[in-house]
Amino acid sequence: MSSRPAAVRPAPQPMFALRKSLLGIRELEPEEILEILDAAESFKEVQSRMIKKVPALRGQTVANLFFENSTRTRSSFELAEKRLSADVLNFSVSTSSVAKGETLRDTAQNIEAMNVDMIVMRHASSGACHFLDRHVKGRVINAGDGSHEHPTQALLDASTLREKLGRLEGLRIVILGDITHSRVARSNIFLLTKVGAKVTVCGPPTMLPPEVEKLGVRTSTDVRAALKNADAVNVLRIQFERQEEPLIPSIREYAKYFGITQDKLQDLSPGMMILHPGPMNRGTEIEHSVAEAHSETILRQVSNGVAVRMAVLYLLSGGEVQN
Amino acid sequence: MPEPPIKTEAHSGAEPVKALRPMLEKARIMNEEEIRRALTRVAHEIIERNAGPEALVIAGIRTRGAFMAERIVQRIEEIEGVVVPLGILDITLYRDDLQTISKSPLVRATEIPTSIVDKNVILVDDVLFTGRTVRAAMDEIIDFGRPRTIQLAVLVDRGHREFPIRADYVGKNVPTSKREVIKVQLVESDGVDAVLLCELGEGGDE
Repeated sequence: MSSRPAAVRPAPQPMFALRKSLLGIRELEPEEILEILDAAESFKEVQSRMIKKVPALRGQTVANLFFENSTRTRSSFELAEKRLSADVLNFSVSTSSVAKGETLRDTAQNIEAMNVDMIVMRHASSGACHFLDRHVKGRVINAGDGSHEHPTQALLDASTLREKLGRLEGLRIVILGDITHSRVARSNIFLLTKVGAKVTVCGPPTMLPPEVEKLGVRTSTDVRAALKNADAVNVLRIQFERQEEPLIPSIREYAKYFGITQDKLQDLSPGMMILHPGPMNRGTEIEHSVAEAHSETILRQVSNGVAVRMAVLYLLSGGEVQN
Repeated sequence: MPEPPIKTEAHSGAEPVKALRPMLEKARIMNEEEIRRALTRVAHEIIERNAGPEALVIAGIRTRGAFMAERIVQRIEEIEGVVVPLGILDITLYRDDLQTISKSPLVRATEIPTSIVDKNVILVDDVLFTGRTVRAAMDEIIDFGRPRTIQLAVLVDRGHREFPIRADYVGKNVPTSKREVIKVQLVESDGVDAVLLCELGEGGDE
């Protein structure tokens, strides 16, 4: 076997492992992002074992608090928790006392009174995880808060990019879609710019936030121009549920001008990666045949999601909570 | 608050030891020649006990056990002309002290390139002490399938077992006190082959 453990230099001091919570990518240092991605590589290997489970979180309880519908992210977190041998408590809004008018703080403190070690939360309000983190002693992992951040999605996107392209630094990445309302876009912008990738956000002018350039990205309203020379494009789902008023004249028009179609890919390098956080609206932001041709990458994101979430849970689980 | 136990360079495996304490070298127990001869003998014994190299998988425990496993695979190739499969175990996720240490330790990949079902798996580590690392390694191996046997090869057995575990192949038995530390140095990680007997300085935890 050619690979040999690198033990000559002492391992760098991990910093993410010292944090209380993962609330967003914005707060992280580039080294912490790489620390999570490196740990995720070890957890990818666990997925390939006969027994896909390690005892690292034995005896710890993780509560999944999903105040917004989610099948994909919730299942991914639940699987990650179970594969680390944690005890899992699922709490969804429809069956909970939230429907009876309980405040977020009361809900969280009740859950904590049951000696839960970590809380994974998705919430429709931006900043809900920061609020929760201030009011509970346990660790908090943001599984998506409003249009603010979705850190584990950005981490799994980065893990998939690095796996296929071998690096993140210097990559040219296009994020395409409703940038204004997308927490996936925000977390991806923070992550990619921190690790030295070049980001272009692309979409109709109504979907690009004003002054987004201040985050260190370029903007474009021309898909063909933006995709030229790109290493990868992250195609966002058009989230009609987040738009207070229509931002586009029609789905057909969006599909024509901003959807990823075979026609738009024709002159581009066939090696360009297409990512999609799912669930896909085939025929809207991505053409059926393109989705089929790139399904391997898009499904790989799902597999890597479990490994990345295992890495985050494992790294945060250690020892006592520090400030 | 006392310093939490952290795995240090001076220490093999998952057994906790106080970090940052001065360590005095007391004796050189093995030199390059002696390590080479011990590993050659262990390779011979492994082949003899298992009636050939056919059903063997050599699995080294990170970090120095992995380098020793590589060397044993080379020896077996020289003796029998067969390259037996080499695996590398990272037992971090199986440690029994994860709940008590201050932060999650660095985890690196376990690489088992072949099925271990019905194989004779030889675990390789540098020092056998409390037996906790070996317990963790056995639990991890079993998650990859059901081996026919698990056997244990170590360079140094220093005693003080806390679990009912013994080694099948031992480079050298070294009776030690609990205040002493066995420091194994290998070319791959330390630039030199040597086994040192050291003693922890004052401020002990025992």
